[in-house]
Amino acid sequence: MRRAAGLLLALAALTLPLWIANAYFLHVVIMAGIFGVLASSLNLLLGYTGQLSLGHAAFFGIGAYASALLTLRWEWSFWLALPAAVLAAGIAGWAIGRLALKLRGAYFVLVTISFAGVIALISINWMDLTNGPLGLPGVPAPELGPWSLRTKSAYYYLVLAAVALAYEVCRRLVDSRIGRAFVALRENEALAESVGVDGTRYLVLAAVVSAGLAGLAGSLYAHYTRFVSPEVFLFTYTVTMVIMVVAGGKGTLAGPLVGAVLFTVLPEALRAATSWQWQMLAYGLILVVLVFFLPRGIVPTFFR
Amino acid sequence: MDQLLQHLVNGLVLGGTYALLGIGLTLIFGLMNVVNFAHGEFYTLGAYATFAALTLADLNFFAALGLAIVCGLVVGAVTEFVLVRPLRRESIDTVMLVMIGVWIAMQNSELLVWGGVAKSIPHPFSTTPLTLGGVSLAPLRLFVLVAALGLIVGAHLLIHRTRLGRAMRATFQDADTAALMGVRIRRIYTATFAIGSGLAAAAGALLGPIFIAYPSMGDLASLKAFSVVILGGLGNIAGATVGGLVLGVAEELGAGYVSSGYRDAVGFVIIIAVLLLRPSGLIARAERVG
Repeated sequence: MRRAAGLLLALAALTLPLWIANAYFLHVVIMAGIFGVLASSLNLLLGYTGQLSLGHAAFFGIGAYASALLTLRWEWSFWLALPAAVLAAGIAGWAIGRLALKLRGAYFVLVTISFAGVIALISINWMDLTNGPLGLPGVPAPELGPWSLRTKSAYYYLVLAAVALAYEVCRRLVDSRIGRAFVALRENEALAESVGVDGTRYLVLAAVVSAGLAGLAGSLYAHYTRFVSPEVFLFTYTVTMVIMVVAGGKGTLAGPLVGAVLFTVLPEALRAATSWQWQMLAYGLILVVLVFFLPRGIVPTFFR
Repeated sequence: MDQLLQHLVNGLVLGGTYALLGIGLTLIFGLMNVVNFAHGEFYTLGAYATFAALTLADLNFFAALGLAIVCGLVVGAVTEFVLVRPLRRESIDTVMLVMIGVWIAMQNSELLVWGGVAKSIPHPFSTTPLTLGGVSLAPLRLFVLVAALGLIVGAHLLIHRTRLGRAMRATFQDADTAALMGVRIRRIYTATFAIGSGLAAAAGALLGPIFIAYPSMGDLASLKAFSVVILGGLGNIAGATVGGLVLGVAEELGAGYVSSGYRDAVGFVIIIAVLLLRPSGLIARAERVG
């Protein structure tokens, strides 16, 4: 039954551009995919290790800027810039993990926010590298041999592959010894350490993988919108990710993806009815309501 | 030398209001263990309440400031009663998520009510600066410094000289024991949150006329409040006072001598550096209230 549902879902995902011809709908789906990767990456930290990073937009932004700069300034191919962006974000994740994961709870959150704040200020002020608030226009679309992945349906498959990759990376990690160590650390750190789990090492590993996946999403975003500006560091992105993870279900593999689809489609659907400010107001209220009435999230509540 | 003195004076004016923000947050954070990310929104509330009282209700400037503080107290008490109290037994992360929700909701309500265009708040002070030696200071800034210092002293007296303050200190030391001794800790929590929010609103009402009021002004205020708390140590009012002044002066010096683009990075760098090198705070000997 589950298997059949999974196959059906995969089939639907693979043929989606065939039955969604509308470019706007496809755009929404692509953005949902990019946010799916982002939410999955945040979920590794928030859901499995229990550490809330409110600086995740920084890794997303680092990935986006790395990819954009490498293809624009040094004319790298997208296929080299993408892994380089993942690597750059991963290294940033490692550095921050090594520094900040000495701390827990609110203090960890504050260091991640501050880190993202400093990175955002650098992106605004380092004119020579980042072109400041004006951003970097004209980021090239990826090319695959003779084809340019400029069309929405081609880009859809690229994003789909990234979502599958992120899902698979998370699944393998979570199902392994490492994943069990994450959960053990989340549930009771002192106990986990007493049976030989090296807390800091595992948490830094989670931070590196999580940051790398966020960098992947950043690179995909940069080459899709073909424009990168300091706005990629906006706190709104981080908040959106947190809501997606909390709404979908922390510590489940499908939760962040469900949350990502829901909170990309919902605002778009509401866009006609309401203005952007009402949307953000609704986001805040939804977060409060979710914590009160659906604390475990959609997937664990309805699908188990 | 004159320039240095000028930076120091400007830094103290900023620092006094940062200290107010920090004291409010250190009370809430230290006593209730609530990571109040909505703290900056009470600062915004204070600024807009002043603006509304001056332009819509045509109130006297000083009455408007008082009204702004009352606004902060009331909205803070309501927030605690409705949202924080039911989550008393939940983990710190759960409450933090709710406060993030409150932050976003409050900020965007302000955006809806007042629009995205920044408002400048009128004030009755002369714009000719007072000069002493090589240092000049606008009368408004002098008033802000004096008012902030007055409120800081008021907060100290409240904590150290009143029954409520003693109950607050007892609750901070050990909430269960305080409850056994007859302290109504749920009321203490509501009062603490209200006072903390009132102080944040006071900071917004004081700084609003110096700068401008805009809906997202609270974001940086929250982060600055957190850096002040981290500098001073959790639950430490004297620490928050010194921390606020240090942050204000450090920002002015950073903006004056390094680069004005990185002014707001000073707070971030302080958070990162202090948490990594001396997590109990620069000034704190131990974590305590008072």
